[in-house]
Amino acid sequence: MALLSVQNLTTYYKTLRGYVKAVENVSFDLEKGEALGLAGESGCGKTTVALSLIKLLPSNGEIIRGKIIFKGQDIVSMPESEVRDKIRWKGISLIFQGAMNALNPVYTIEYQIIEAIRAHDPNVSKKEAKERVRKLFELVGLDPSRTRNYPHEFSGGMRQRAMIAMALACNPDIIIADEPGTALDVIVQAQVLKLMKSLKEKLNLSIIMITHDLSLISETCEKLAVMYAGNLVELGDVVTMFKKPLHPYTQGLIQAFPDIKEKKRKMESIPGSPPNLLDPPPGCRFHPRCKYAMEVCRKKVPELKEVEKGHLVACHLVGG
Amino acid sequence: MVETVINVKNLRKWFPVKMGFLRTLFSRTQLFVKAVDGVSFEIRKGEIFGLAGESGSGKTTTGRLLVKLIEPTDGKIFFMGKDITHLTPEQVKPLRREFQIVFQDPYESLNPRMTVGDILAEPLKLLKVVESEDELEAKVREILEEVQLIPPEEFIFRYPHELSGGQRQRVATARAFVVSPKFVVADEPVSMLDVSIRAEILNLMLSLVEKFRTSFLYITHDLALARHMCDRIAIMYLGKIVEMGTTDQIVYEPLHPYTKALIRAVPVPDPTSRRIEVVIKGEIPSPVNPPPGCRFHTRCQEYIGDICRTKEPPLIDVGNNHYVACHKYSG
Repeated sequence: MALLSVQNLTTYYKTLRGYVKAVENVSFDLEKGEALGLAGESGCGKTTVALSLIKLLPSNGEIIRGKIIFKGQDIVSMPESEVRDKIRWKGISLIFQGAMNALNPVYTIEYQIIEAIRAHDPNVSKKEAKERVRKLFELVGLDPSRTRNYPHEFSGGMRQRAMIAMALACNPDIIIADEPGTALDVIVQAQVLKLMKSLKEKLNLSIIMITHDLSLISETCEKLAVMYAGNLVELGDVVTMFKKPLHPYTQGLIQAFPDIKEKKRKMESIPGSPPNLLDPPPGCRFHPRCKYAMEVCRKKVPELKEVEKGHLVACHLVGG
Repeated sequence: MVETVINVKNLRKWFPVKMGFLRTLFSRTQLFVKAVDGVSFEIRKGEIFGLAGESGSGKTTTGRLLVKLIEPTDGKIFFMGKDITHLTPEQVKPLRREFQIVFQDPYESLNPRMTVGDILAEPLKLLKVVESEDELEAKVREILEEVQLIPPEEFIFRYPHELSGGQRQRVATARAFVVSPKFVVADEPVSMLDVSIRAEILNLMLSLVEKFRTSFLYITHDLALARHMCDRIAIMYLGKIVEMGTTDQIVYEPLHPYTKALIRAVPVPDPTSRRIEVVIKGEIPSPVNPPPGCRFHTRCQEYIGDICRTKEPPLIDVGNNHYVACHKYSG
C-alpha cells in the first residue's frame, strides 16, 4: 500500500463572491522513498494541495470532499489535535515558499528548531534538542557552530538549508517543498536540489516538490503530476511524461521551457491565461486555451484515465 | 561597417554605504558598494545583447546607467557616437525619445490611477512626439495593435488592475516602444510572469525589435531564455564582465570557470540528462569588499596559483571576438 494516497481531494475557498474552486478531484499516490513533482502555473492549486495535506488551510479554506490516507489513516476526518500531534512535522512536514522570509527574524535558528522539536515531542530535553539541531545542521551542510545565529546572518542558500533542517527535525516520512528553487540564484538552487536528492537517498524520504519550473522536477523527481486550474491533468513517471506528454497543456508547458543546449529556436507558449476559479469554464477547464478543443470538451469534464501502466491523463483526445 | 549604438568604456558605479553618525566619527574610510566596477562593451544596431549573472552581479545597475536613470561614478557612455556620460536633466530629456526601459515587475511599474490609454499617451505628450490629439490617438491605437492588445478600444479605457500580468507587461512594452526608440533596456521582463506566457512576451519583444530595428539590452538571470533571445551575451560577476561573446560561443564553448559553472547549473528539462552532480560551492561574495585579484578565485575550481589572488585578469579577445577575463587564457 502506498505511504500516502490522496483520493478525489476537493478544496474550496469561501469568498464574498462565492467559492473559489481551488482544487477539484485530485488523486495521486506517493510511495516511500519516492519524489513526486507537482507542477503548474500560479493559481492552479498546487500550494492548496500541500496545505490540505497537513490541514493548514487558511480559515476560509475547506476540504469539501475526498480522502487523504496516510499510513492507513484518513487525515481529512482526523480531529485537529490528532493532526497536530501525529501528522504535522512527524509525518509530513512542509518547507514553505520563500526561505528568505519564512524564518522568524527575532529568534536564533537554534531556538526556532528546538521550539518545533519540543512542541511535537515534549519529552525531549533542551540538551538533547540542542544536540539534535547540531546534527541536523551537519546533515544539511551547515556549520554546526552557527546554530545560534539569527536568520539575517545567513545568506539565501543557507536559510533554505536551515528551513530544510527544520523540516527534518521530527523525522518525517514526507517532506513537501513549496517552490524550493524560486528566489535563489541558479548555482545556489542547484546546490539545494543536490542536497534534497542526497537527503532523500540517505533518509529514504518521500518528497513532494511543488514548483512551476518543470526543469527542476526533471532533475530530481521520479514522478510528475501536472495541475491546471485546480484539476490534475496528467500524472506519470518523469521520463515518459517528458518524452511523450499526452495532455495538450503538459505539451505546452514542456515546450515553454527552453533547453539551453539545443539550437536557437523560436520560443513557444500557450495562448491566453488561466481561468478565474470562481467560475471555471464548463467541461474541460483547459478548453478555452486548447488548440485541439472539440465540442465534447466544452460540455463534459474529462476523467483521469490510465492509458499505460502508471500514466494517467484527463483529456478527451486520449483513450476514446 | 556595423553601426554601434551604445558604447560603454570602463563604466563604474559605486554606491556609498550609509553609516550611522558615530561610525562616521570613528571611521575615516567611506565604504562603497561596487555595483558596477569597470565594464566595457558595445551594442550594435538592431542587436539583442544579453547581460546575465546572479543577483548582485551589477546587471540591473548597468542597465539603469545606460538609460541615464542614475549617474555613473566613472567611465564613459557613448550613444550613437555622442558622449552622454554626464548630462544635465535638460540635456537628457530629448534623449529619452531614443532610449527606453521595460522594468521587471509589471504590477509596480504601471501607475494604477492611469488608464492604459493615458499611460501610452504620456510619453508621446511629454516628449512632444505628436502634434495633434488625432495623431496621439492614432499612435496609441497603433501600438496597442502592435502588442496584440486587440481590439484597442477595449483596452484604452482599462486600468492596470483590470489586466492580467501578461497584458500589463504588454502595456509596459508598448510604453517603451511607442516613441520608436533606438535603444531599449529590458530588465528581467518576464521573471514575474507565469511560464506559459513568458515566451509570448519575449516573442513580442523580438518582433518589435525587428520591426523598429531597435538595439536591445536584455538583462536576465535565466540563461536558458537568454540562449533563445540574444545575439551576444556578456556574463557578469561582482560588477565585472567575465566573459563576452556570441550566444553560441558562450553556450557551447564557455571558457571562464564561472560561465562553465553557471551553464552547468542551468536546469535541463530532460530527465535523462541530469546535471547537478558537479556544483561549485558558496555564494556570491559581498560587493562592498570584493576579493582581491580575480573576484571569482574564492569559488574557482580551476584556480591556477597566486596570480589569481593578486592580479586582476583583464578582459581579452581570445579570437573571433570572444572575450574572457581569466588568467588561464591571458598567459
